[in-house]
Amino acid sequence: MTKIYMDNASGTPMHPKVTEAMLPFFTEGFGNPSNLHQFGRSASDAIQSARGQVAHLIHAKPAEIIFTSSGTESNNFALKGLLAAHKKKGNHIITSQIEHFSVLNPLKSLEKSGHEITYLPVDKYGMVNPDDVKKAIKTTTALVSIMYANGEIGTIEPMKEIGVITKEKGVLFHTDAVAATGNIPIDVSGVHIDALSMSANQFSGPPGVGALYLREGVRILPFMEGGVQEGGRRAGTENIIGIVGMGKAAELALAEMTQRMDKVQNLKNQLRDGIEKNIPHVYINGHPTNRLPGNLSLCIEYIEGESVLLFLDMQGIAISSGSACTSRSLKASHVIMATGVDAALAQGTVLFSLGIDNSEDDVKYVLEKLPPIVERLRQMSPLYSQKK
Amino acid sequence: MQYNAKVMDHFANPRNVGEFPDADGVGEVGNPACGDIMKMSIKVRDNVIVDVKFKTFGCGAAIATSSISTEMIKGKTLDEALKLTNKAVAEALDGLPPAKMHCSVLAEEAIEAAIDDYLRKTTGKGLEKKKHHAHDEHHGH
Repeated sequence: MTKIYMDNASGTPMHPKVTEAMLPFFTEGFGNPSNLHQFGRSASDAIQSARGQVAHLIHAKPAEIIFTSSGTESNNFALKGLLAAHKKKGNHIITSQIEHFSVLNPLKSLEKSGHEITYLPVDKYGMVNPDDVKKAIKTTTALVSIMYANGEIGTIEPMKEIGVITKEKGVLFHTDAVAATGNIPIDVSGVHIDALSMSANQFSGPPGVGALYLREGVRILPFMEGGVQEGGRRAGTENIIGIVGMGKAAELALAEMTQRMDKVQNLKNQLRDGIEKNIPHVYINGHPTNRLPGNLSLCIEYIEGESVLLFLDMQGIAISSGSACTSRSLKASHVIMATGVDAALAQGTVLFSLGIDNSEDDVKYVLEKLPPIVERLRQMSPLYSQKK
Repeated sequence: MQYNAKVMDHFANPRNVGEFPDADGVGEVGNPACGDIMKMSIKVRDNVIVDVKFKTFGCGAAIATSSISTEMIKGKTLDEALKLTNKAVAEALDGLPPAKMHCSVLAEEAIEAAIDDYLRKTTGKGLEKKKHHAHDEHHGH
Protein backbone atom coordinates (compact mmCIF):
# COMPACT_ATOMS: atom_id res chain seq x y z
CA MET A 1 0.00 0.00 0.00
CA THR A 2 1.08 3.54 -0.75
CA LYS A 3 2.49 5.33 2.26
CA ILE A 4 3.06 9.03 1.89
CA TYR A 5 3.80 10.99 5.02
CA MET A 6 3.07 14.70 4.84
CA ASP A 7 2.43 15.25 8.53
CA ASN A 8 5.93 16.21 9.62
CA ALA A 9 4.52 19.00 11.81
CA SER A 10 3.14 16.25 14.05
CA GLY A 11 6.52 14.53 14.19
CA THR A 12 9.24 13.64 11.73
CA PRO A 13 10.42 10.15 10.79
CA MET A 14 13.78 9.37 12.41
CA HIS A 15 16.81 9.76 10.18
CA PRO A 16 18.55 6.38 9.65
CA LYS A 17 21.82 7.89 10.92
CA VAL A 18 20.02 8.97 14.10
CA THR A 19 18.76 5.43 14.66
CA GLU A 20 22.26 4.12 13.99
CA ALA A 21 23.76 6.50 16.56
CA MET A 22 21.20 5.47 19.15
CA LEU A 23 21.38 1.70 18.68
CA PRO A 24 24.55 0.97 20.71
CA PHE A 25 23.03 2.79 23.69
CA PHE A 26 20.18 0.32 23.92
CA THR A 27 22.70 -2.29 25.00
CA GLU A 28 25.68 -0.31 26.32
CA GLY A 29 24.05 2.86 27.53
CA PHE A 30 22.75 1.61 30.83
CA GLY A 31 25.33 3.46 32.91
CA ASN A 32 24.00 6.23 35.11
CA PRO A 33 25.78 9.41 34.06
CA SER A 34 25.88 10.56 37.69
CA ASN A 35 28.23 7.69 38.60
CA LEU A 36 32.01 7.95 38.63
CA HIS A 37 32.78 4.48 37.28
CA GLN A 38 33.48 3.70 33.64
CA PHE A 39 29.82 2.94 32.83
CA GLY A 40 28.73 6.26 34.30
CA ARG A 41 31.55 8.08 32.54
CA SER A 42 30.71 6.72 29.12
CA ALA A 43 27.05 7.70 29.53
CA SER A 44 28.08 11.11 30.80
CA ASP A 45 30.43 11.59 27.85
CA ALA A 46 27.64 10.70 25.41
CA ILE A 47 25.34 13.28 26.97
CA GLN A 48 28.01 15.98 26.92
CA SER A 49 28.68 15.26 23.29
CA ALA A 50 24.96 15.52 22.46
CA ARG A 51 24.75 18.74 24.47
CA GLY A 52 27.49 20.18 22.27
CA GLN A 53 25.68 19.09 19.10
CA VAL A 54 22.38 20.65 20.17
CA ALA A 55 24.12 23.83 21.33
CA HIS A 56 25.93 24.09 18.01
CA LEU A 57 22.64 23.87 16.08
CA ILE A 58 21.43 27.15 17.57
CA HIS A 59 24.86 28.72 18.16
CA ALA A 60 24.62 28.42 21.94
CA LYS A 61 27.13 27.24 24.53
CA PRO A 62 26.82 23.61 25.69
CA ALA A 63 26.19 24.72 29.29
CA GLU A 64 23.13 26.63 28.06
CA ILE A 65 21.35 23.44 26.97
CA ILE A 66 19.10 21.56 29.42
CA PHE A 67 17.67 18.27 28.19
CA THR A 68 13.99 17.60 28.88
CA SER A 69 11.40 15.01 27.87
CA SER A 70 9.67 17.09 25.18
CA GLY A 71 8.93 20.51 23.75
CA THR A 72 5.92 20.59 26.04
CA GLU A 73 8.07 20.09 29.11
CA SER A 74 10.49 22.75 27.89
CA ASN A 75 7.64 25.25 27.52
CA ASN A 76 6.18 24.43 30.94
CA PHE A 77 9.63 24.58 32.51
CA ALA A 78 10.52 27.91 30.89
CA LEU A 79 7.27 29.68 31.72
CA LYS A 80 6.81 28.43 35.26
CA GLY A 81 10.49 28.25 36.13
CA LEU A 82 11.39 31.72 34.87
CA LEU A 83 8.42 33.41 36.53
CA ALA A 84 9.10 31.66 39.83
CA ALA A 85 12.75 32.73 39.76
CA HIS A 86 11.96 36.31 38.78
CA LYS A 87 8.99 37.18 40.99
CA LYS A 88 10.47 40.58 41.73
CA LYS A 89 10.17 41.59 38.08
CA GLY A 90 6.38 41.36 38.30
CA ASN A 91 3.46 39.13 37.43
CA HIS A 92 2.64 40.25 33.89
CA ILE A 93 3.27 38.02 30.88
CA ILE A 94 2.91 38.92 27.21
CA THR A 95 2.19 36.22 24.67
CA SER A 96 0.33 35.80 21.37
CA GLN A 97 -3.06 34.36 20.48
CA ILE A 98 -1.49 31.71 18.25
CA GLU A 99 0.75 29.88 20.72
CA HIS A 100 0.74 26.10 21.07
CA PHE A 101 -1.38 24.58 23.85
CA SER A 102 1.82 23.74 25.74
CA VAL A 103 2.25 27.49 26.19
CA LEU A 104 -1.38 28.56 26.42
CA ASN A 105 -2.41 26.01 29.04
CA PRO A 106 0.49 26.65 31.47
CA LEU A 107 -0.32 30.35 31.07
CA LYS A 108 -3.94 29.63 32.00
CA SER A 109 -2.69 27.97 35.19
CA LEU A 110 -0.44 30.94 35.89
CA GLU A 111 -3.40 33.25 35.38
CA LYS A 112 -5.32 31.33 38.04
CA SER A 113 -2.42 31.72 40.44
CA GLY A 114 -2.42 35.50 40.13
CA HIS A 115 -0.50 36.31 36.96
CA GLU A 116 -1.80 38.72 34.38
CA ILE A 117 -1.56 37.63 30.75
CA THR A 118 -1.76 39.79 27.63
CA TYR A 119 -2.58 37.84 24.46
CA LEU A 120 -1.38 39.84 21.48
CA PRO A 121 -3.32 39.59 18.23
CA VAL A 122 -1.68 38.69 14.92
CA ASP A 123 -2.23 40.05 11.42
CA LYS A 124 -3.84 38.07 8.59
CA TYR A 125 -0.56 36.25 8.01
CA GLY A 126 -0.27 35.25 11.64
CA MET A 127 2.48 37.79 12.39
CA VAL A 128 2.93 39.44 15.75
CA ASN A 129 3.71 43.15 15.46
CA PRO A 130 6.84 43.99 17.52
CA ASP A 131 5.33 47.42 18.24
CA ASP A 132 2.45 45.67 19.98
CA VAL A 133 4.98 43.90 22.20
CA LYS A 134 6.63 47.20 22.99
CA LYS A 135 3.32 48.87 23.83
CA ALA A 136 2.16 45.99 26.00
CA ILE A 137 5.25 46.05 28.23
CA LYS A 138 4.61 47.71 31.58
CA THR A 139 6.47 47.99 34.87
CA THR A 140 5.05 44.67 36.08
CA THR A 141 5.99 42.74 32.93
CA ALA A 142 8.29 39.84 33.75
CA LEU A 143 8.22 37.76 30.60
CA VAL A 144 7.42 37.82 26.89
CA SER A 145 6.72 34.43 25.30
CA ILE A 146 6.23 34.46 21.52
CA MET A 147 6.74 31.41 19.37
CA TYR A 148 9.60 31.31 16.86
CA ALA A 149 7.43 29.88 14.10
CA ASN A 150 3.90 28.56 14.06
CA GLY A 151 3.70 24.89 13.17
CA GLU A 152 0.10 25.12 12.03
CA ILE A 153 0.38 27.94 9.48
CA GLY A 154 4.16 28.16 9.09
CA THR A 155 4.61 31.87 9.80
CA ILE A 156 7.99 32.86 11.27
CA GLU A 157 7.69 35.55 13.93
CA PRO A 158 9.96 38.64 14.17
CA MET A 159 12.35 37.23 16.80
CA LYS A 160 15.15 39.72 16.29
CA GLU A 161 12.91 42.76 16.70
CA ILE A 162 11.19 41.35 19.78
CA GLY A 163 14.57 40.43 21.26
CA VAL A 164 15.80 44.02 20.86
CA ILE A 165 12.71 45.32 22.65
CA THR A 166 12.80 42.86 25.57
CA LYS A 167 16.53 43.43 26.06
CA GLU A 168 16.08 47.19 26.14
CA LYS A 169 13.16 46.93 28.56
CA GLY A 170 14.86 44.38 30.80
CA VAL A 171 12.11 41.80 30.30
CA LEU A 172 12.75 38.07 29.87
CA PHE A 173 12.11 36.62 26.42
CA HIS A 174 11.11 32.98 25.94
CA THR A 175 10.30 31.46 22.57
CA ASP A 176 8.64 28.17 21.72
CA ALA A 177 10.91 27.15 18.85
CA VAL A 178 9.65 23.58 18.61
CA ALA A 179 8.40 23.96 15.02
CA ALA A 180 11.41 26.02 13.96
CA THR A 181 14.45 24.30 15.46
CA GLY A 182 16.37 22.18 12.97
CA ASN A 183 14.13 23.34 10.11
CA ILE A 184 15.36 26.91 9.74
CA PRO A 185 18.61 28.54 10.92
CA ILE A 186 18.50 29.78 14.52
CA ASP A 187 21.30 31.82 16.04
CA VAL A 188 20.89 32.80 19.68
CA SER A 189 24.27 34.55 19.58
CA GLY A 190 22.80 37.12 17.20
CA VAL A 191 19.22 37.30 18.47
CA HIS A 192 18.56 38.18 22.08
CA ILE A 193 16.53 35.24 23.40
CA ASP A 194 16.69 34.21 27.07
CA ALA A 195 15.01 30.82 26.75
CA LEU A 196 14.14 28.67 23.75
CA SER A 197 12.19 25.39 23.67
CA MET A 198 12.91 22.61 21.19
CA SER A 199 11.90 19.04 20.47
CA ALA A 200 13.97 16.34 18.75
CA ASN A 201 11.18 14.73 16.76
CA GLN A 202 10.60 17.93 14.82
CA PHE A 203 13.96 17.49 13.08
CA SER A 204 14.35 13.77 12.43
CA GLY A 205 15.25 12.88 16.01
CA PRO A 206 13.35 10.56 18.34
CA PRO A 207 10.16 11.46 20.20
CA GLY A 208 10.32 11.77 23.99
CA VAL A 209 13.29 14.12 24.16
CA GLY A 210 13.51 17.88 24.01
CA ALA A 211 15.69 20.65 25.31
CA LEU A 212 15.53 24.11 26.74
CA TYR A 213 18.16 26.65 25.84
CA LEU A 214 18.68 29.01 28.76
CA ARG A 215 20.94 32.00 28.25
CA GLU A 216 23.99 31.94 30.52
CA GLY A 217 23.30 33.81 33.74
CA VAL A 218 19.48 33.62 33.52
CA ARG A 219 18.05 32.10 36.67
CA ILE A 220 15.33 29.47 36.57
CA LEU A 221 13.61 27.40 39.24
CA PRO A 222 13.60 23.65 38.53
CA PHE A 223 10.34 22.17 37.31
CA MET A 224 11.39 18.60 38.07
CA GLU A 225 12.94 18.39 41.52
CA GLY A 226 15.20 15.62 42.73
CA GLY A 227 18.84 15.01 41.94
CA VAL A 228 21.37 17.40 40.48
CA GLN A 229 21.18 16.28 36.86
CA GLU A 230 21.43 18.96 34.16
CA GLY A 231 23.28 21.31 36.46
CA GLY A 232 20.61 20.99 39.13
CA ARG A 233 18.04 22.47 36.79
CA ARG A 234 16.24 19.32 35.69
CA ALA A 235 16.25 16.32 37.98
CA GLY A 236 15.81 12.74 36.84
CA THR A 237 18.14 10.17 35.31
CA GLU A 238 18.81 11.26 31.76
CA ASN A 239 17.16 9.59 28.77
CA ILE A 240 20.56 8.74 27.31
CA ILE A 241 19.30 6.93 24.20
CA GLY A 242 16.97 9.79 23.33
CA ILE A 243 19.54 12.47 24.08
CA VAL A 244 22.13 10.77 21.86
CA GLY A 245 19.50 10.69 19.10
CA MET A 246 18.68 14.36 19.56
CA GLY A 247 22.36 15.22 19.38
CA LYS A 248 22.87 13.32 16.15
CA ALA A 249 19.70 14.80 14.66
CA ALA A 250 20.94 18.29 15.57
CA GLU A 251 24.34 17.64 13.96
CA LEU A 252 22.71 16.41 10.74
CA ALA A 253 20.18 19.25 10.66
CA LEU A 254 22.92 21.84 10.94
CA ALA A 255 25.16 20.16 8.35
CA GLU A 256 22.34 19.71 5.83
CA MET A 257 20.27 22.80 6.65
CA THR A 258 20.48 24.60 3.31
CA GLN A 259 20.00 21.56 1.10
CA ARG A 260 17.11 20.31 3.23
CA MET A 261 15.39 23.70 3.17
CA ASP A 262 15.80 23.97 -0.60
CA LYS A 263 14.48 20.49 -1.23
CA VAL A 264 11.47 20.73 1.08
CA GLN A 265 10.56 24.23 -0.04
CA ASN A 266 10.77 23.25 -3.69
CA LEU A 267 8.44 20.27 -3.14
CA LYS A 268 6.08 22.41 -1.09
CA ASN A 269 5.94 25.00 -3.87
CA GLN A 270 5.17 22.30 -6.46
CA LEU A 271 2.35 21.02 -4.29
CA ARG A 272 1.01 24.52 -3.64
CA ASP A 273 1.11 25.51 -7.32
CA GLY A 274 -0.54 22.24 -8.36
CA ILE A 275 -3.35 22.63 -5.85
CA GLU A 276 -3.95 26.27 -6.75
CA LYS A 277 -4.07 25.35 -10.43
CA ASN A 278 -6.40 22.38 -10.08
CA ILE A 279 -8.72 23.24 -7.21
CA PRO A 280 -10.74 26.47 -7.15
CA HIS A 281 -11.68 28.25 -3.91
CA VAL A 282 -8.54 27.33 -2.00
CA TYR A 283 -6.77 29.82 0.26
CA ILE A 284 -3.23 29.58 1.65
CA ASN A 285 -2.79 30.28 5.35
CA GLY A 286 0.21 32.00 6.87
CA HIS A 287 2.80 34.39 5.53
CA PRO A 288 3.44 34.20 1.76
CA THR A 289 7.24 34.16 2.06
CA ASN A 290 8.35 34.36 5.68
CA ARG A 291 7.42 30.80 6.61
CA LEU A 292 8.66 27.32 7.45
CA PRO A 293 9.88 25.61 4.26
CA GLY A 294 7.72 22.47 4.50
CA ASN A 295 4.47 24.02 5.72
CA LEU A 296 1.49 24.22 3.39
CA SER A 297 -1.66 25.14 5.29
CA LEU A 298 -4.79 25.57 3.21
CA CYS A 299 -8.42 26.43 3.70
CA ILE A 300 -10.50 24.48 1.20
CA GLU A 301 -13.81 26.28 0.92
CA TYR A 302 -17.21 24.53 1.30
CA ILE A 303 -15.83 21.37 2.90
CA GLU A 304 -14.45 20.26 6.23
CA GLY A 305 -10.83 19.32 6.86
CA GLU A 306 -11.26 16.04 8.69
CA SER A 307 -13.22 14.54 5.78
CA VAL A 308 -10.34 15.42 3.46
CA LEU A 309 -7.87 13.86 5.90
CA LEU A 310 -9.89 10.61 6.07
CA PHE A 311 -10.26 10.27 2.30
CA LEU A 312 -6.56 11.02 1.74
CA ASP A 313 -5.71 8.43 4.39
CA MET A 314 -7.65 5.84 2.37
CA GLN A 315 -5.27 6.66 -0.49
CA GLY A 316 -2.25 6.22 1.78
CA ILE A 317 -1.57 9.92 2.29
CA ALA A 318 -1.15 11.22 5.86
CA ILE A 319 -1.87 14.88 6.62
CA SER A 320 -3.36 16.94 9.46
CA SER A 321 -6.60 18.85 9.60
CA GLY A 322 -6.82 21.98 11.64
CA SER A 323 -10.57 21.77 11.82
CA ALA A 324 -12.93 21.74 14.75
CA CYS A 325 -13.21 18.02 14.84
CA THR A 326 -9.58 17.42 15.70
CA SER A 327 -9.85 19.20 18.99
CA ARG A 328 -12.07 18.42 21.92
CA SER A 329 -13.45 21.94 21.94
CA LEU A 330 -14.96 21.34 18.48
CA LYS A 331 -14.09 24.87 17.56
CA ALA A 332 -11.97 25.79 14.61
CA SER A 333 -8.26 26.14 15.31
CA HIS A 334 -7.48 29.16 17.47
CA VAL A 335 -4.54 29.88 15.19
CA ILE A 336 -6.57 30.05 11.99
CA MET A 337 -9.31 32.04 13.73
CA ALA A 338 -6.72 34.53 15.06
CA THR A 339 -5.70 35.31 11.48
CA GLY A 340 -9.26 36.46 10.85
CA VAL A 341 -10.43 33.60 8.63
CA ASP A 342 -14.22 33.17 8.48
CA ALA A 343 -15.55 30.37 10.73
CA ALA A 344 -16.91 28.18 7.90
CA LEU A 345 -13.75 28.55 5.84
CA ALA A 346 -11.61 27.77 8.89
CA GLN A 347 -13.35 24.38 9.17
CA GLY A 348 -11.83 23.50 5.81
CA THR A 349 -8.27 23.78 7.04
CA VAL A 350 -5.82 21.08 6.03
CA LEU A 351 -2.11 21.00 6.72
CA PHE A 352 0.43 19.36 4.46
CA SER A 353 3.77 19.46 6.25
CA LEU A 354 6.47 18.13 3.97
CA GLY A 355 9.74 16.70 5.13
CA ILE A 356 13.13 15.58 3.90
CA ASP A 357 11.84 12.11 2.99
CA ASN A 358 9.23 13.40 0.52
CA SER A 359 9.81 13.18 -3.22
CA GLU A 360 8.42 14.68 -6.42
CA ASP A 361 6.52 11.43 -6.94
CA ASP A 362 4.81 11.97 -3.59
CA VAL A 363 3.72 15.44 -4.70
CA LYS A 364 2.44 14.12 -8.04
CA TYR A 365 0.48 11.39 -6.29
CA VAL A 366 -1.16 13.87 -3.91
CA LEU A 367 -2.00 16.18 -6.82
CA GLU A 368 -3.67 13.27 -8.57
CA LYS A 369 -5.71 12.13 -5.54
CA LEU A 370 -6.71 15.40 -3.89
CA PRO A 371 -8.89 17.15 -6.54
CA PRO A 372 -11.47 14.32 -6.91
CA ILE A 373 -11.74 14.04 -3.12
CA VAL A 374 -12.42 17.76 -2.82
CA GLU A 375 -14.96 17.60 -5.65
CA ARG A 376 -16.74 14.63 -4.10
CA LEU A 377 -17.00 16.32 -0.70
CA ARG A 378 -18.18 19.54 -2.31
CA GLN A 379 -20.94 17.64 -4.13
CA MET A 380 -22.01 16.42 -0.70
CA SER A 381 -21.87 19.87 0.91
CA PRO A 382 -24.99 22.04 1.32
CA LEU A 383 -22.72 25.11 1.35
CA TYR A 384 -21.44 24.31 -2.14
CA SER A 385 -24.90 23.86 -3.69
CA GLN A 386 -26.12 27.10 -2.09
CA LYS A 387 -23.15 28.95 -3.53
CA LYS A 388 -23.97 27.85 -7.08
CA MET B 1 -9.81 9.13 18.63
CA GLN B 2 -10.56 6.50 16.01
CA TYR B 3 -13.67 5.65 13.99
CA ASN B 4 -14.97 2.10 13.85
CA ALA B 5 -15.48 0.13 10.62
CA LYS B 6 -19.20 0.91 10.36
CA VAL B 7 -18.67 4.65 10.71
CA MET B 8 -15.92 4.49 8.09
CA ASP B 9 -18.19 2.50 5.75
CA HIS B 10 -20.96 5.11 5.97
CA PHE B 11 -18.39 7.90 5.59
CA ALA B 12 -16.66 6.37 2.57
CA ASN B 13 -19.88 5.07 0.93
CA PRO B 14 -22.58 7.42 2.13
CA ARG B 15 -26.16 6.36 1.31
CA ASN B 16 -28.78 8.74 -0.07
CA VAL B 17 -26.61 11.75 -0.85
CA GLY B 18 -28.31 14.63 -2.63
CA GLU B 19 -31.46 16.73 -2.75
CA PHE B 20 -34.86 16.55 -4.47
CA PRO B 21 -35.89 19.40 -6.74
CA ASP B 22 -39.45 18.73 -5.54
CA ALA B 23 -38.85 17.84 -1.90
CA ASP B 24 -41.88 17.77 0.39
CA GLY B 25 -39.87 18.90 3.37
CA VAL B 26 -36.36 20.29 3.87
CA GLY B 27 -34.54 20.79 7.16
CA GLU B 28 -31.16 22.38 7.61
CA VAL B 29 -29.47 22.50 11.01
CA GLY B 30 -26.09 23.37 12.48
CA ASN B 31 -23.79 26.26 11.72
CA PRO B 32 -20.30 26.61 10.37
CA ALA B 33 -18.86 27.88 13.66
CA CYS B 34 -19.81 24.55 15.23
CA GLY B 35 -18.27 22.63 12.38
CA ASP B 36 -21.27 20.86 10.86
CA ILE B 37 -24.25 21.69 8.68
CA MET B 38 -26.75 18.98 7.83
CA LYS B 39 -29.52 19.31 5.26
CA MET B 40 -32.23 16.64 5.05
CA SER B 41 -34.78 16.49 2.23
CA ILE B 42 -37.78 14.17 2.46
CA LYS B 43 -40.54 12.95 0.17
CA VAL B 44 -43.76 12.03 1.95
CA ARG B 45 -46.74 9.95 0.77
CA ASP B 46 -49.64 9.11 3.07
CA ASN B 47 -47.71 10.14 6.15
CA VAL B 48 -44.78 7.89 5.21
CA ILE B 49 -41.27 9.06 4.34
CA VAL B 50 -40.92 7.35 0.98
CA ASP B 51 -37.56 8.84 0.14
CA VAL B 52 -34.87 10.88 1.83
CA LYS B 53 -31.62 12.51 0.80
CA PHE B 54 -28.98 14.48 2.65
CA LYS B 55 -26.18 16.94 2.13
CA THR B 56 -23.66 17.51 4.88
CA PHE B 57 -20.78 19.87 5.50
CA GLY B 58 -18.79 18.28 8.25
CA CYS B 59 -16.42 15.71 9.61
CA GLY B 60 -16.41 11.95 9.13
CA ALA B 61 -18.90 11.37 11.94
CA ALA B 62 -21.27 14.02 10.58
CA ILE B 63 -21.35 12.38 7.16
CA ALA B 64 -21.71 8.88 8.64
CA THR B 65 -24.57 9.85 10.97
CA SER B 66 -26.37 11.63 8.12
CA SER B 67 -26.03 8.56 5.95
CA ILE B 68 -27.24 6.01 8.48
CA SER B 69 -30.11 8.14 9.71
CA THR B 70 -31.49 8.40 6.15
CA GLU B 71 -31.52 4.58 6.08
CA MET B 72 -33.22 4.48 9.47
CA ILE B 73 -36.16 6.74 8.54
CA LYS B 74 -36.80 5.64 4.97
CA GLY B 75 -40.18 3.88 4.83
CA LYS B 76 -41.11 5.04 8.32
CA THR B 77 -44.17 7.09 9.22
CA LEU B 78 -43.56 10.67 10.32
CA ASP B 79 -44.33 9.74 13.92
CA GLU B 80 -41.90 6.85 13.82
CA ALA B 81 -39.21 9.04 12.28
CA LEU B 82 -39.70 11.65 14.99
CA LYS B 83 -39.04 9.01 17.62
CA LEU B 84 -35.52 8.43 16.28
CA THR B 85 -33.07 9.49 18.95
CA ASN B 86 -29.47 10.50 18.60
CA LYS B 87 -28.60 7.58 20.85
CA ALA B 88 -30.24 5.15 18.41
CA VAL B 89 -28.31 6.72 15.51
CA ALA B 90 -25.02 6.38 17.39
CA GLU B 91 -25.84 2.79 18.37
CA ALA B 92 -26.68 1.89 14.78
CA LEU B 93 -23.15 3.00 13.91
CA ASP B 94 -21.74 0.73 16.63
CA GLY B 95 -20.80 3.82 18.60
CA LEU B 96 -19.13 7.17 18.02
CA PRO B 97 -16.09 8.70 19.74
CA PRO B 98 -17.34 10.79 22.70
CA ALA B 99 -16.20 14.06 21.10
CA LYS B 100 -18.38 13.25 18.08
CA MET B 101 -21.66 12.51 19.83
CA HIS B 102 -22.94 15.95 18.89
CA CYS B 103 -23.04 14.82 15.26
CA SER B 104 -25.75 12.29 16.09
CA VAL B 105 -27.75 15.05 17.77
CA LEU B 106 -27.49 17.05 14.57
CA ALA B 107 -28.91 14.14 12.53
CA GLU B 108 -31.89 13.84 14.86
CA GLU B 109 -32.50 17.58 14.60
CA ALA B 110 -32.19 17.62 10.82
CA ILE B 111 -34.90 14.96 10.50
CA GLU B 112 -37.13 16.87 12.89
CA ALA B 113 -36.57 20.09 10.96
CA ALA B 114 -37.46 18.40 7.65
CA ILE B 115 -40.68 16.98 9.09
CA ASP B 116 -41.51 20.35 10.65
CA ASP B 117 -41.04 21.98 7.24
CA TYR B 118 -43.27 19.37 5.59
CA LEU B 119 -46.03 19.92 8.17
CA ARG B 120 -45.84 23.68 7.78
CA LYS B 121 -46.19 23.38 4.02
CA THR B 122 -49.09 20.92 4.15
CA THR B 123 -51.03 21.90 7.26
CA GLY B 124 -49.82 25.45 7.79
CA LYS B 125 -48.71 24.42 11.22
CA GLY B 126 -45.36 22.98 12.27
CA LEU B 127 -44.51 20.56 15.04
CA GLU B 128 -46.23 21.52 18.27
CA LYS B 129 -43.33 21.00 20.53
CA LYS B 130 -39.87 20.62 19.15
CA LYS B 131 -37.50 18.45 21.06
CA HIS B 132 -34.99 20.72 22.65
CA HIS B 133 -31.33 20.02 22.40
CA ALA B 134 -28.88 22.30 24.07
CA HIS B 135 -26.32 21.38 21.47
CA ASP B 136 -24.71 24.75 21.67
CA GLU B 137 -23.54 23.66 25.07
CA HIS B 138 -22.03 20.54 23.55
CA HIS B 139 -20.06 22.87 21.38
CA GLY B 140 -18.76 24.85 24.27
CA HIS B 141 -19.87 28.29 23.24
